[in-house]
Amino acid sequence: MNFKKSLASQVNGGGPVDGRHEARTLADLRMGERGILDRLDLPEDLARRLMELGFLPGHEIIPARRAPGGGPRVFRVDGSEVALRRDTAARLYLRAKSSRSDT
Amino acid sequence: MSSCHQDSPSIGLLPNPNIPIPRTTPGSPGQREITVAIVGPPNSGKSTLFNRLTGLRQKVANFPGVTVEHRSGLAKLKDRHPVTLVDLPGVYSLEPRSEDERVSHDVLRGAMPGTPKPDAIILILDSTNLGRHLVLAAPIISLGLPTLVLLNMADDLALRGGSVDVAQLAADLGAPVALISAAKGTGVDGIQQFLVATAVSLTAPKRPRVELPVLQDVPKCRQWATKLGESAAYRPPAPPLWTRRLDAVFLHPVAGPLVFVAVVVAVFQSIFSWAKPIMDGLTSLVGITGHWIGAQLPDNLFRSLLIDGIWSGVGAVVVFLPQILLLFLFIGILEDSGYLARAALIADRTMAKFGLQGKSFIPLLSAYACAVPAIMATRVIENKRDRTATMLIAPLMTCSARLPVYTLIIAAFVPNLPILGGVFSLPAATMLSLYVLGFLAAVLTARLLKSTVLKSRSTALVLEMPPYRWPTVRSLSLRVVDRGRVFLHRAGTVILLVAVVMWALEHLPMKHGKSPDIEHSYVGMVGKAVEPAIKPLGFNWKIGVGLITSLAAREVIVGTLGTIYGVGEGESGGLQTAVRRDLSPAGAVALLVFFAFALQCFSTIAVIKRETGGWKWPIAQFSYMLALAYVGALAAYRITGHFWH
Repeated sequence: MNFKKSLASQVNGGGPVDGRHEARTLADLRMGERGILDRLDLPEDLARRLMELGFLPGHEIIPARRAPGGGPRVFRVDGSEVALRRDTAARLYLRAKSSRSDT
Repeated sequence: MSSCHQDSPSIGLLPNPNIPIPRTTPGSPGQREITVAIVGPPNSGKSTLFNRLTGLRQKVANFPGVTVEHRSGLAKLKDRHPVTLVDLPGVYSLEPRSEDERVSHDVLRGAMPGTPKPDAIILILDSTNLGRHLVLAAPIISLGLPTLVLLNMADDLALRGGSVDVAQLAADLGAPVALISAAKGTGVDGIQQFLVATAVSLTAPKRPRVELPVLQDVPKCRQWATKLGESAAYRPPAPPLWTRRLDAVFLHPVAGPLVFVAVVVAVFQSIFSWAKPIMDGLTSLVGITGHWIGAQLPDNLFRSLLIDGIWSGVGAVVVFLPQILLLFLFIGILEDSGYLARAALIADRTMAKFGLQGKSFIPLLSAYACAVPAIMATRVIENKRDRTATMLIAPLMTCSARLPVYTLIIAAFVPNLPILGGVFSLPAATMLSLYVLGFLAAVLTARLLKSTVLKSRSTALVLEMPPYRWPTVRSLSLRVVDRGRVFLHRAGTVILLVAVVMWALEHLPMKHGKSPDIEHSYVGMVGKAVEPAIKPLGFNWKIGVGLITSLAAREVIVGTLGTIYGVGEGESGGLQTAVRRDLSPAGAVALLVFFAFALQCFSTIAVIKRETGGWKWPIAQFSYMLALAYVGALAAYRITGHFWH
């Protein structure tokens, strides 16, 4: 129903507004690299579903596995593992600070 | 049996200390009919608990106006207290946004027609993932109904070194809290005591000590849950080691797809090869008992209706039961163990090429046995358009009802010659190519649907990967029995009706008190009437009659042709010869193609109507598949006619 309406996160943006295209997303994380979620740029229904699964601004997310053959990736978030396709992951923006690699 | 003064309901079993039992007020009426709703997020073990508490005393129904299925059942309690449990769909919140959430919301507020407002709630949460699952406690507790909070998978929590202060959480929530394991049955006595106590005397819930979040938005509720968890000294368990080890294999770039293919082949192989002897046994059992009963009855119309109409018509469907049960056993094992989510993940990339997603994979696999359970299995797909597309293409997969037809025609026409240096025989290759044909039609139809009427902006796959668990025999057998019952009921009622109608049309109009030849019966007349339309496909009126009767179920054509040619179903050699006399080779190929594409199955049409909530989709689908079948058969007839006379 509400496919057009996008939900930019309400919780503190952090990054500069004009630097949006430079902000890293979940899709840019390497395997095992930690990222802190900043905002979800997705239709409201989907954003909500992801937030209910733990994809909340401020939460730590780690890509754990890739589907064989390069399909969706499995992310560790809030005590569980959730698989997302790349195009969805690319709409989840990370906080700039904590995008350092941690291995 | 209504003695309620017996205070300890189960002698010899210690009451669970964590669940305070509301005191029975002296002189209370004792027996009240009450309804208790079971609510919980997906994967919290809700259904396992429900099955545990009700056993087989449950029924499946759809809520009015929505396609959400719900189960209700009488709780197995001492002294037969009339407690009805309602298993609500798995939800993370009660905001009425999705259909599942709306159903839960409406039932809990007493706004669902036909379902009484629950007197109490059982909230079940996964104790190994409490931080996230406690979010649901906020809207549930604020309903103000007596609530029992169950923290499931307590065994797993303890094993992986997690812990939680149950008493503190109960005090904070103002509701009794207990650690249980629904799969193992630990703590279930305590729940039964809660239900008995609720049935005997309702206790008003205490006010929660923690303040409930006013705004029910996800981040706020999640923060509230974190605070609650901290207060109850919740220590999350260590990561599931075995799950990670198994995923290292099952999602390995090389081993993963190999395991996947092996699993699919094993399921596929076993639903055909293991079920076959049982199915053959059942077929001959139906035949033998039919003969036996027939011999006991006088030769009149009633005997004919009973044996030729009902017995063989319904028997033809019952024969598929072993295959359906076996299929559900395998799907049950895959789902309960957690592998199904991995299979969907692996299949996603391939499915995406056809505009579908990973979750469509299992329904389509099931459709090789029967489209009816496959269509029911599409419920796992949240995206409505993806779900509809999957339902619409499922009947194009080669279901087992097509096999009797394929077998007859191939045996009659295709010579048993070795091909590819003896690896394959020509009949086997023909059979395989019919499977491929159905699959290609399904895939191309999916593409067509997803790029036109069922286009969605982007198909998102959101797939939770549950930890691996051992499936329990209990839950598997319940699931198999339950689905078998649903299949028999749904398919059986339709088939029974159709069998009677078909029989009547074959035996009317009466002339001088006798049934006419099939050629002069109503069915025969219809066959003659459609003959001009099917002549271009190489079919005569006899095949036409077969096509019409097989609208009920595909395999019915074999029995019908048997009747028309006057040979028993058992004598397949006789039937083959008879068919060969009447059908050219090109016509035979056309018939195979027709059966590969046409939607000749009342049960499927009925299920699709039910699941899509109207006649629009089943009618469109029937017409589409009929057009496809006609054009395909016509093309096959013309092309084959050139090479093979």
